[in-house]
Amino acid sequence: MKENQKTYWKGIEQLTNDAEFVKKNESEFPEYLPISEQGGETNNRRDFLKLMGFGVAAATLAACEAPVRKAIPYLNKPVDVDPSVPNYYASTYVNGGDAVSVVVKTREGRPIKVEGNKYSTITKGGTNAQVEASVLSLYDKERLTNPLKEGAEIDWETLDREVTAKLADIAAKGGQIRIVSNTVLSPTTKKAVAEFVAKYPTAQHVSYDPVSAYGITEGNKRSFGEAMIPSYDFSKAKTIVSVGADFLGTWISPIEFSKQYAQTRKINEHHREMSRHYQFESNLSLTGANADYRTPIKPSQVGPLVAAMYNAIAAKAGQPKVSGGSVSADHLNAAANELWANRGQSLLVCGSNDPAVQVLVNGINSMLGNYGTTINANAPVHYRQGDDMAMANLAKDLNAGRIAGLIFFNCNPLYNSAEASALAAGVAKATLTVSTSDRLDETASAVQYVAPDHHYLEQWNDAELRSGYISLTQPTISPLFKTRQAPESFLKWAGQDVEYYTYLQNNWRETYFAKQSDISNFQMFWDKALYDGVVDFGTTAKNLNYDFAAAATAATSIGQNYKSAGSGLELALYEKIGIGDGSLANNPWLQEMPDPVTKATWDNYLTISIAQANELGIEMKEGETQLVSLTVGGSTIEVPALVQPGQAEGTVGLAIGYGRTKAGRVANGVGVNAYPFITKLNGANTMDVLAGVSVAATGKPYRIAQTQTHQTYMGRENVIQESVLTEYKKDTKAGRVYPKIYKDGKYYKPSKITLWSGHEYNNHHWGMTIDMNSCTGCSACTVACQAENNIPVVGKEEVLNRREMAWIRIDRYYSAANPAGNKKELEQAAANPEVTFQPMMCQHCNNAPCETVCPVAATTHSTEGLNQMTYNRCIGTRYCANNCPYKVRRFNWFKYHDNTQFDKNSSMNNDLGKMVLNPDVTVRARGVMEKCSMCVQRIQAGKLAAKREGRRPVDGEINTACASACPSDAITFGDLNDPNSKISQLLQIEEKKEGEKVTERVVNEDRAYHVLEELNVNPNVWYMTKIRNKDKETTEA
Amino acid sequence: MVARKTIVRYATACLLVCCFVFSGQQSFAQRDAVPTDEAIIAEGEKLFNEYQCNSCHNVVGKKVGPALAGVYDRRDLDWIYSWVKNSQAMIAAGDPQATALWNEYKPSAMTPYDLENDQILAIMAYVRNVEENPPADKNTVTGGGEEGPAGGSGVPESYLNIIVAALIVVLVLILIVLAIIIGVLKKYLQDKENISEEDKEIVNEKFSLVAFVKSPTVIGIVTFLVIALAAKNVIDGLYTIGVQQGYAPKQPIAFSHKLHAGEYEIACQYCHTGVEIGKSANIPSVNICMNCHSSIKTDSPEIQKLYAAQESGEPIEWVRIHNLPDLAYFNHSQHVKVGGVECQTCHGEIQEMEVVKQHAPLTMGWCIDCHRNTSLNTQGNGYYDRLVELHNQNSATPMNVADIGGLECAKCHY
Repeated sequence: MKENQKTYWKGIEQLTNDAEFVKKNESEFPEYLPISEQGGETNNRRDFLKLMGFGVAAATLAACEAPVRKAIPYLNKPVDVDPSVPNYYASTYVNGGDAVSVVVKTREGRPIKVEGNKYSTITKGGTNAQVEASVLSLYDKERLTNPLKEGAEIDWETLDREVTAKLADIAAKGGQIRIVSNTVLSPTTKKAVAEFVAKYPTAQHVSYDPVSAYGITEGNKRSFGEAMIPSYDFSKAKTIVSVGADFLGTWISPIEFSKQYAQTRKINEHHREMSRHYQFESNLSLTGANADYRTPIKPSQVGPLVAAMYNAIAAKAGQPKVSGGSVSADHLNAAANELWANRGQSLLVCGSNDPAVQVLVNGINSMLGNYGTTINANAPVHYRQGDDMAMANLAKDLNAGRIAGLIFFNCNPLYNSAEASALAAGVAKATLTVSTSDRLDETASAVQYVAPDHHYLEQWNDAELRSGYISLTQPTISPLFKTRQAPESFLKWAGQDVEYYTYLQNNWRETYFAKQSDISNFQMFWDKALYDGVVDFGTTAKNLNYDFAAAATAATSIGQNYKSAGSGLELALYEKIGIGDGSLANNPWLQEMPDPVTKATWDNYLTISIAQANELGIEMKEGETQLVSLTVGGSTIEVPALVQPGQAEGTVGLAIGYGRTKAGRVANGVGVNAYPFITKLNGANTMDVLAGVSVAATGKPYRIAQTQTHQTYMGRENVIQESVLTEYKKDTKAGRVYPKIYKDGKYYKPSKITLWSGHEYNNHHWGMTIDMNSCTGCSACTVACQAENNIPVVGKEEVLNRREMAWIRIDRYYSAANPAGNKKELEQAAANPEVTFQPMMCQHCNNAPCETVCPVAATTHSTEGLNQMTYNRCIGTRYCANNCPYKVRRFNWFKYHDNTQFDKNSSMNNDLGKMVLNPDVTVRARGVMEKCSMCVQRIQAGKLAAKREGRRPVDGEINTACASACPSDAITFGDLNDPNSKISQLLQIEEKKEGEKVTERVVNEDRAYHVLEELNVNPNVWYMTKIRNKDKETTEA
Repeated sequence: MVARKTIVRYATACLLVCCFVFSGQQSFAQRDAVPTDEAIIAEGEKLFNEYQCNSCHNVVGKKVGPALAGVYDRRDLDWIYSWVKNSQAMIAAGDPQATALWNEYKPSAMTPYDLENDQILAIMAYVRNVEENPPADKNTVTGGGEEGPAGGSGVPESYLNIIVAALIVVLVLILIVLAIIIGVLKKYLQDKENISEEDKEIVNEKFSLVAFVKSPTVIGIVTFLVIALAAKNVIDGLYTIGVQQGYAPKQPIAFSHKLHAGEYEIACQYCHTGVEIGKSANIPSVNICMNCHSSIKTDSPEIQKLYAAQESGEPIEWVRIHNLPDLAYFNHSQHVKVGGVECQTCHGEIQEMEVVKQHAPLTMGWCIDCHRNTSLNTQGNGYYDRLVELHNQNSATPMNVADIGGLECAKCHY
């Protein structure tokens, strides 16, 4: 066992040990907190007495007559809806080119929570932040309630009549019609669009994606003759190399990849093997943060680096080398050697959208024999099939006046495409423009007709996520507004008066029912498909041969395009985990979700390296930074700078998805729009700007609402316990720290010196383990918790005041071996630090410090191990928060519901938004404390279900929102008293008995530890040490 | 095949006609076919209640449907079986008895039940038992409450009264004794010659009521008592804020529980469908009312309101009587299904109420009292087995709700 000598820091200010920072951290909040927002005059004692007197009188008077409340039952109760009993429906989350099989929880016919579908062979029950948050978007007040013509409401008949007439007119004159959409995943919708095209033969369907994967489809076309994106299986990979692909966060199918990746990171004393992950990237992405070896590279090095990798592998495989590839990067040779050593069990992925680079990547994987093992080209996925070339042509044609009819089908290209400005200029030239957007967004406000589509929770549909794998969407609520499903609109305009549900069923009868032979009755087949939510027909194997001639051509192209390497500043655009491409930007849960790496909310910003910050004279403290002017290819914007450890030298990063102008109240004006910086490379959209980038300081101060430094451990050790695999192989206790308490000349285990008599848990003993080795920091748990527990959104100002309300936060620690004394050392330490994520929520201490200090016993311990928080008893002294060593208690500084000052908290401030609230959880009032309850409402419901059936609850039946959302199965919740539960087995709990009675339960898992064990608060949450697959325990900067 | 079916049908029809004709002679044979075995009767009673036959049928006397007594005399057993399973099919097939029944009771149709012949026979056994051994007291038929509501607190009130009375007697005795002592002492001093001026003053002091009343001590005591009493009243009053015990608002429809639950003995769960599955017991939706009222008392103005609701599509806005604060979570199924608590325990004698009123105070103290004193219904519930075992190792008293954490905050507040 070796003491951990690393320096851990949460933000640059902590690393530099800034005096102001230290001072601020001694108090819970940074400065005097303005409570009285209006006026600001101080209240004196007399005012208090007056108010007090009035309050008592008013309360007494008001109480004389209790309000008459109504109980309104259904008129005709639906058979399967029972008030207060939740129903669950399998469905499919669809947003642009992304789709996830989900299960929707409804109460009294309202969807209130989205969870993953465990029957899905792709996502296996996992979700991400966007899927979890999508339910709030259903109740977005900004959604259109009616079809529109030139901004005025019209009815559907008029719209249909006019649109059909105009279409007929255009068709008669031989004018061109275009349907523009993001990737359409639904085979039935595609069929409906095809019928529309058949009716109007001049129509063409053009699809694009805000974040394009055209380079991959095109690369595969050049390599194998087939434009597709294969499916990947990270779980079979021993060596994973990613060049700029954020596959755990945003790339192609992140939930699926997180599940697979996490499988390779699960270790225990019997299985001391894990995958090794190399990451080469410019911005510190979520995936890079999880890598064992991360090398910062400039975007201009991507092409040459892949070429170098190709040559290294080709040399081993006996294939001809290609030109280019003169680049040196740390770990490049090691990565190539390991890829080769584990050929057939390795995987190289690349986030570049340059088809030439993807051709070489395919070449490398082919030479490694990864096709058939970690890559399945026979089961291509259907996400992100957009065609960048077609989109560019469309913009050209439109501006040349060659397009007469233009239908924007659930997309917003005037905001989120590379052709946004060209389309905006040309849209008026078409004689008919229609949008099916759900809101008056940037595109919909520029067209003549808006025919708003249903939200995915209101519609029938299907989605083919992977060849042969189809997921059904079923409505979980009747349409809230006068909207109509877009494919039904297409059918209507094509002259077919058919309900889309019928159309869908007919298509399924003809296409999929015929495909199978297990079920002979269509209704039964349909019912089963609906119940499961997914049908997997599998695919047939094809023979794909890599065309090595394509590699040589690609290498030449790379040689030409990546010349500027090494010279000027480069810009790497990226997607944030929460906001993504910006289509869900009006969702306050996503806006307030701290970015896993920067911990910033409510903004995008230019991520700059610390060296560059020093150059620009920017010092970042507590989110206080400067606006810088960013010039890209002649256009200049002002954007706040954020000092990002791990940012590659000579690069800056900027997130897309912000700077919305017409998304709605929540998103408008948040951040800057980075889409205009998307350029073309080899015909494909590229997020990398390789030249013409410059940054200048403006000196204007700006504050970014970061949560990272809000709670500090005052330099205590043992919070993060980690080691490397080589050490773990020798000793399963590697990285563990065992604090000892000194007493009377001897050192004791903290639990041996205690004032506490302990608790007896006869019934259940709920506990949780968090495997820091598989936690990727994706923050799905944070949003899941927010949805489940009615957690308010407080807005940017309040986050700056350190008053965010999240019950579960993901602490992100940077660490480096070298100490940071002076600026030079600091630059070194922050150049490429290691990153550790630690989800932190109420630890449900058995010796809880909060419980003993509450003067009114509002927080107490239950006989099931829970630390209970009773809002109606709390008087708001906040002693508990002061005494909590984990800083997980949250205080309601304001009334966040029904308060116009918090109108961004849209789930509590309008009748529509309130429909998302979980009726089983209290909406907390001003002045009370709250914190993680371990989803006590779910525990109670699960126990009750078991009691009604006269049995004990089955393990897994009761699960917390965070654990069930987790795509990497890092969080395990269960009953420690049940020896067969997963958690008991993970912790290897050994029951010590006296006769029949269990007197003690001992945790034998060496990796399991309590954060701040020396305090002996004895939490019910265990963390498992982080093990990195590194050779030695140092960071190579 | 078709021919064979037709023959069978004709044969059945003939048989039925014969049955009809010779029903007089067959009556006793039929009745005797209904078993009198205790176990079967018990089974029948269970089924009778489970399937809520009593919602529409009485054993003796007409209800929504005909009286069940003697049905085995009137009808053939096979006829009864097929009638219970699917009466509409029989009517559609033109069965004369079925048609006659339909004409008499329409539009109320006999609900089809998925019962086995044995089960139907068992129900008839129960009906025969009730018919032949009419219960002495009506309450015993309904089954009543096996266990009444939980008893009072630990010390009965009468004991307290006795203690208080005894204390008062003791006080009065002490006063008398004191008065006697004062009298004796005064007399002694008066008899004495050489007493000081001071003592004389005391001896000759005259009791002045005015002075006594005006004395600061008395004023002080009286003021204190007045303030204390006022404060007590105010505090007591404040405690009742929001307590709506006895609240009996006028409802949009003058629905009588006395008639439905009392007189007709319709099971509570027939209308309050959620009581065993969820948090809410559910106020019945109009379609449940219409199960009976599509044909019963159709011209009553109150029932007309149901039709009006049905017509307009506007649900009926009942006035909510039992209002728990939002911060308290209460689940009916926990108490009724798991705990086996009778509805009347919390809702009072609902079957006697013409207008429903709030029986219990629904205060936290009231909840807690019951949780402290109610022993758990753990019989046959696997959830509790280990808990009961552990409890019995350490305690001689039966396990009550408080023993397994029933007083903890997060059982009701989250």
